Amino acid sequence: MVDIYGNADAQSRQEQKHESLYQNRVKVYPKKVAGTFRRLKWTVLIVLLGIYYIAPWIRWDRGPNAPDQAFLIDMPHRRAYFLWIEIWPQEIYYLAGILLLGAVGLIFVTSLFGRVWCGYTCPQTVWTDLFMWVERLIEGDRTKRMRFDKAPASSSKLTKKAAKHGVWLIIAALTGGAWIMYFNDAPTVVVNILTGQASLKVYGFFALFTATTYLLAGWAREQVCVYMCPWPRFQSAMFDEDTMIVTYESWRGEPRGKHKKGTSWEGRGHCVDCKQCVAACPTGIDIRDGVQLECIGCALCIDACNEIMGRLDLPRGLISYDTDRNLANKAEGKPLRYRLIRPRTIIYSVLLVVVATVMVWSLATRAQVDINVLHDRNPLFVTLSDGSIRNGYTIKILNMTREEKAYKLAFEGLGYAEMTVVGQEDSASQNIARLTAGSDTVATYRVFMVVPADLVQGEVQDFNFVLTELQSSETVRRGTVFRGP
Amino acid sequence: MPTKIEKDAVTGQDTTGHEWDGIKELNNPLPKWWLYILWATVIWSIGYYFWSSPIPGVEGFQEPARERLEQTMATAREQQSVFLEKIAAAQLEEIRDDPELLNFAMAGGGSAFADNCAPCHGQGGAGAPGFPTLADDAWIWGGTLEAIHETILHGVRTDDIQSRYSEMMAFGDGILDRSQVSDVADYVLSLSGQSVDRDAAARGEVLFEENCVACHAEGGVGDMEQGAPALNNQVWLYGGTKADIEAQIWRPQHGVMPGWVDRLDPETIKMLTVYVHTLGGGQ
Ligand code: SF4
Ligand code: SF4
Repeated sequence: MVDIYGNADAQSRQEQKHESLYQNRVKVYPKKVAGTFRRLKWTVLIVLLGIYYIAPWIRWDRGPNAPDQAFLIDMPHRRAYFLWIEIWPQEIYYLAGILLLGAVGLIFVTSLFGRVWCGYTCPQTVWTDLFMWVERLIEGDRTKRMRFDKAPASSSKLTKKAAKHGVWLIIAALTGGAWIMYFNDAPTVVVNILTGQASLKVYGFFALFTATTYLLAGWAREQVCVYMCPWPRFQSAMFDEDTMIVTYESWRGEPRGKHKKGTSWEGRGHCVDCKQCVAACPTGIDIRDGVQLECIGCALCIDACNEIMGRLDLPRGLISYDTDRNLANKAEGKPLRYRLIRPRTIIYSVLLVVVATVMVWSLATRAQVDINVLHDRNPLFVTLSDGSIRNGYTIKILNMTREEKAYKLAFEGLGYAEMTVVGQEDSASQNIARLTAGSDTVATYRVFMVVPADLVQGEVQDFNFVLTELQSSETVRRGTVFRGP
Repeated sequence: MPTKIEKDAVTGQDTTGHEWDGIKELNNPLPKWWLYILWATVIWSIGYYFWSSPIPGVEGFQEPARERLEQTMATAREQQSVFLEKIAAAQLEEIRDDPELLNFAMAGGGSAFADNCAPCHGQGGAGAPGFPTLADDAWIWGGTLEAIHETILHGVRTDDIQSRYSEMMAFGDGILDRSQVSDVADYVLSLSGQSVDRDAAARGEVLFEENCVACHAEGGVGDMEQGAPALNNQVWLYGGTKADIEAQIWRPQHGVMPGWVDRLDPETIKMLTVYVHTLGGGQ
């Protein structure tokens, strides 16, 4: 059935629900819409995809022996590069910090503006949107696609379907390929992939990411949001009556019904039951049923309905971004009230600022040199022939710079001790050893501390190793213990 | 099993027919494709179970684990062989002075030590009463690379004709009496600077010169040629109290160390030597 708006009748997934315990897939044919939010979505999509595809090609000069890619996760060498920031495995807590920032940030914007993440920036949304655009280009808009799917097999149907899947696969391959570039030198890996010289692992991951993109964005689409994604499951915990969400103004729309031009609006709502909002919805729901788990907050129903309102010369915004509180206020004719600053948003933003500050501060002040000190466990201590006690240590110097560095190793808090560094006996004079660590490496040294028998203070004595980088005099201390009998 | 399927008044949705304490479960149907995936994984797991059979004695279709292990070992051995060849060709000093070989020898020697030597000498050469500490600076048969190598090869007090061999007399067999042994012990204690009865030590010194100097040398400095431990230091093999020393003079104990020449390959013994040498007391 095609209605006056030229569309086949739209049924929400709720109406199409099956009665068995298992449900056939309710195929969604989102209609093309135009409007503010659609334009916003296109903009966000282009920006995000642009960043995703271009980022690995940005070069960054880090000097010799270092990769010159701005964004690179170098698994074999256990380094991650982000512009001027270089992360070592020891600093993986930055990842925890970023995840924390992401989580709190997500909760923060959700409490303010509902599921904007889902509607605009989630990769699932972005790629699905792109794939749908391809589909629309090849198979036509909603009604055409529905008819096309029902039509008997023909050569033109086959060609079109093949063309669609072909384009999808190309996009998927480009997506999967770009992901690989974040883990390898981009130009090299592209050449290797194209010339068949890449490793089996690279091709494996390439195939895997291509397949997942194709399946998730091409086939699974809203099924991911509705059935797989955990986020909608707890959206209700992040929404309150002051959260801006996509809402239908039922006080204004109901009772709904078909409208004939020229008749009065008296005694009836503004919703003409055209179901354009349902037809436009990429998850196939009817927003007029209220807030639902399936709604990703993409606001396409707003655009669709606004167009209808425009045609009918009614005020726009029958479906709009608004808060639950204002919906009630509007219905009662009370003034609108927006509360962006609420206890929860204050807590979230304070958390965000604290975590971000800690991260920036620790990044800015992090040492370019670090030592790890390991006290020998076997044996805990050794009695030497003159009765003095010796402890062994393994010291690792982490040189995070791009040059070979010289260091001075000393200690404090263990008077009368004598320090020797295995293999560096000559350089240890007056208990100060001169050590070196090559560029961007961890240098390991064995160090012995000897304390004369009569000066050993009990079973455990705390003291520090002090490592000073000679050029910058950057100094790090690490506490450890000296054990005696 | 579903019993009574009814419509929920509020949502207008069907229930599943399940009811617990008056609470009825709404039917939110699961997509069929999800069910199919469940069955697909079940079928997959059956196939996978037989493909990589975990049942002992039953071979799966996969390459047996033992073969894979052997391959891994072979590859590892091949990678090591470059170093092992160099170690076989090198003198002990050359290994010690080449950082790359030293690293390899310390790792290889360390694991050989943990397998073969640690049960007696302790992890890291920590030692125990009767089992010399290898991490200190006192040596019975010498702490140079060559001396350590020799000791590991042929052992101590074994049947090997090249074995290190020494035995201390049992002075309790009618050579000295109890009070004389006590005097000697006092003298020995004084050698490492401990306070003792001076008169007894003076008597002990005379006895020491008559009976012990031949092996333990003047002043008890020991003689590594004969495997006679130094007595003038703080390191004691069988304990450093007076009673321990008296017991050792009266009826000495003698440890035995097996020789490894027939049990370990020459490269491993070389690596062990270097490892022991770097434990902290190598001369
Ligand atoms: S809410 Fe708007 S788009 Fe939806 S059926 Fe009513 S008038 Fe049409
Ligand atoms: S109901 Fe509207 S906002 Fe929600 S997913 Fe559908 S189109 Fe997007």
